[in-house]
Amino acid sequence: MTRDRPRDVEPLREPPPKEVREAQATRLLEAWKTPTGWRYWSAVNNTEVGLWYTGTSFLFFLFAGALALLMRVQLAQPGNDFLSPELYNQAFTVHGSVMMFLFAIPIFEAIAVTLMPQMLGARDLPFPRLAAFGFWCFVIGGIFLCGSIFFDAAPRGGWFMYPPLTSSYQPGIGADIWLLGFSFIEVAAIASAVELIVGALKCRPPGMRINLMPLYVWYTLVAAVMIVFAFPPLIAGSMLLEIERAFDWPFFDAARGGDPLLWQHLFWLFGHPEVYIIFLPSIALVAMIVPTFARVPIVGYGWIVLAAIGTGFLSFGLWVHHMYTTGLPGISLALFSAASTAVAIPTGVQFFCFVATLFAGRVVRSVPMLWVLGAFAIFVLGGLTGVMVALVPFDFQAHDSFFVVAHLHYVLIGGALFPIIAGIYYYYPLLTDRSLSARAGGVAFWLAFIGFNVAFLPMHMTGLRGMPRRVFTYEADLGFDTLNLVSTIGAFVLAAGIAVICIDALRPKGREPYPQRNPWSANTLEWVQEMPGKPWGIRSIPEVDSRYPLWDQPNILRDIDEGRFYLPDAEEGRRETIVTTIIDAAPLQCQRLPGPSFVPLVGALTLGGFFIFGTYHRWSLAVASLVVAIGVFCHWLWTATAEHPEKERKNIGLGLSLPLYMAGWRSVSWWAVLITMLAVATAFVCLVFGYFFFWTIHDDFPPDPSQGPHDGWIAAGTALLLAAWASTVLARRGNRAGRAFPVYVALAAAVAGAALGAIALLAGPWAAGLDPTAHVYPAIVWLLVIWCALHAAVGIVMLGFCIVARAAGRLTAERDIDLQNVTLYWHFVALTVAITALVVTGFPRVA
Amino acid sequence: MSRSKESPPERPRYLALLAAPPAIWAAHFLVAYCTAAVWCEKVASPGGSLGAAGIAIWIFTALALVAIGTIGLLAWRRHRHGDGEPPHDFDSAADRHRFLGFACLLLSGLSAAAVFYSALALRLVGSCQ
Repeated sequence: MTRDRPRDVEPLREPPPKEVREAQATRLLEAWKTPTGWRYWSAVNNTEVGLWYTGTSFLFFLFAGALALLMRVQLAQPGNDFLSPELYNQAFTVHGSVMMFLFAIPIFEAIAVTLMPQMLGARDLPFPRLAAFGFWCFVIGGIFLCGSIFFDAAPRGGWFMYPPLTSSYQPGIGADIWLLGFSFIEVAAIASAVELIVGALKCRPPGMRINLMPLYVWYTLVAAVMIVFAFPPLIAGSMLLEIERAFDWPFFDAARGGDPLLWQHLFWLFGHPEVYIIFLPSIALVAMIVPTFARVPIVGYGWIVLAAIGTGFLSFGLWVHHMYTTGLPGISLALFSAASTAVAIPTGVQFFCFVATLFAGRVVRSVPMLWVLGAFAIFVLGGLTGVMVALVPFDFQAHDSFFVVAHLHYVLIGGALFPIIAGIYYYYPLLTDRSLSARAGGVAFWLAFIGFNVAFLPMHMTGLRGMPRRVFTYEADLGFDTLNLVSTIGAFVLAAGIAVICIDALRPKGREPYPQRNPWSANTLEWVQEMPGKPWGIRSIPEVDSRYPLWDQPNILRDIDEGRFYLPDAEEGRRETIVTTIIDAAPLQCQRLPGPSFVPLVGALTLGGFFIFGTYHRWSLAVASLVVAIGVFCHWLWTATAEHPEKERKNIGLGLSLPLYMAGWRSVSWWAVLITMLAVATAFVCLVFGYFFFWTIHDDFPPDPSQGPHDGWIAAGTALLLAAWASTVLARRGNRAGRAFPVYVALAAAVAGAALGAIALLAGPWAAGLDPTAHVYPAIVWLLVIWCALHAAVGIVMLGFCIVARAAGRLTAERDIDLQNVTLYWHFVALTVAITALVVTGFPRVA
Repeated sequence: MSRSKESPPERPRYLALLAAPPAIWAAHFLVAYCTAAVWCEKVASPGGSLGAAGIAIWIFTALALVAIGTIGLLAWRRHRHGDGEPPHDFDSAADRHRFLGFACLLLSGLSAAAVFYSALALRLVGSCQ
């Protein structure tokens, strides 16, 4: 290929005069200054929040790892009584749950929140306070869950919490802690996913077209979209199980028409994509590390994009392969077996691309590469046993045995932990301005690699010999004794490897020199960062012409540092970044970002109060906490979003002038609402799935329409809520036309319609005397109706917000982000209500 | 085949098309699974044959393959737009267009393979047993 690389926008030919540059840098530093003292904890910048997030999730990893060691001590010899059966149950439940929910997913979001803005040459992601809110939710929920084991109150139903074990046989508080604690954390995970998706799509630097996006961003985008669709089934399932435990609605109680298998469907509809949500962002780190050390561009960029997107989709078709032994029809098992085998294609494709890149280049020896190669070896073995258990007849034999334990650890440690550690070694200089020791890194690797294989390779055999998982002990002379002892020794060697990393990370490095800038000679924009790093993210936002700007764009470092690109200044003392178009990254808007605030922390504390008080059934305190949380969120929205700039446009350099305010589908907040509502709609679809699931297993579900909810009330409620939606749309149009009075009338009518509609909907099952504790049919009808009513209630708060905003002059004909976004929300409400009405009153007539 | 060298403007549907082939796989998978599940629970006895549901799933499979093939063809044309060759990594609207076509073409291939795997499952295990 001999074509010249086109450059559409050149940086300034000459740098600004030195005194101008220094004044610019001073203003930028002032605008992006990290708060000091106790106010440090009000920081919302990605460099701080990302570091806290990464550190905290690593602490949870160590905690869960310590529990694993306790379990291995217990299993080291037959008949051991080191842990009681009760404590053992809590240990494996908390180990699995913490590793999944408090380490694997959060560390992906932590690393992405930290790196992605740097990689995109953005000053920060579009919603820094949302990221901070997600972090604080994660910390509060995580401490709540982990702390419970010290009070002998931890969940003990396994990380997948199957009912009826967890609904009828474990009356303690453990299952509630799991259900509510993790629901709270999942809210945080979705919040971070929204941030990452909008960041990847809308905050790329000018010129970074979609074909030039770093592979890490592709993977992050796919994984974040997967979170949006995978977490809601679990939230819906957790809601059903918690309602059964708290209020005795029998969703999973077979005696009253429920079915425990519904939980398995919902859980694994989340649980299997979850594996790939963990795997893809970890392998994304590999996709950044491999070209750096092979010194050549990645081979097969397009094929890796195929692999990321393809895996993202296919992973949603695998959930039943965790349920092969539940008695589903043969054809169902075969379909899922087919998808489980198909997912090996994209997974394999990316590995071939990485191996091809290594062969194409001259690989430089380094600690990150060592961990990457270790990851390949381990993950390939895990992938192969994965194809084995994807086959139904083999799975029948291996199900719930230690073979599965070995398989999943090979997949997760090879596919996630080793790449993450490789990433930590690789990015440590960016995160902390210091390097980790290469020698200690090598020692840690070999301890971890050997220890891991000594621990988990024998487990395949332990499982094939028949040892079931999750037993606290075993009889002697069944063929398990030596294998278990070897596994325990291996586990401690692995732990020693991790300990070496921790010691290396924690040892004081104050006297060591800063590493040189871009110490690995890497190629993507995050390595622009100076050593030590500055809080501004990047000195000026470059025009990107290549997938590897630091390799291909001459003088780019100099041009960035001298402020020859966009936004080299913060004249108004504000935090700003550039919003661009989704495909071609053409500049659209100069987005003002909020600065440090305690509001995200207070929001997380009060919302956490709702979940934690709810766990202890202190309903009045829970509701009070929720009301305060809503107040905090309104304050947050009022003071820090949809801000009215002092001028229409701003000159961001290189002759480019961009608007400071943008509403509707071009704005980042519209996208955030859309993505959030897609997640909410997915949860709703799962509830509807539950309704039809009950229909497939019962001959008398739904019963005769005369026993269902009152048609008249449901019809009236639906009509009123649809009218509220139409009225909201009219209000938006009227507002755009600049007419004040009709807007107030339409908004007030929408509030009235929503309130009366919600009451009428609730009257549907109430007037028919449906008792939700009697049978699963009234329970699911009530739940669907309550779901709609809650949506209406939230919609009323939003409409009220718009009325006040209009009166206060915050909402005008041109600046109408609030009303645009509220209208988008109401589109979803209308759809939800219409589907609910069709299901609860229409379907019984045709079934 | 068009060999136009004009730079195609940015349209969100170009990106959306990327998700179309795997979305068709997902729709096919879900419809096939639901059809089989409902048939086996509501119509056939345990261990019964798939009967009409089997025929319906074969029709879904044919439709899905035709749809994926059509998108694949469109993607092929985009990939061949103008005179660029992979890796389509230039900062130009034409290379971006070719890249999206290429990625969509690959996804069409993967989705077709995955639909074919489902059909294979139907062929090999065609009953509710």
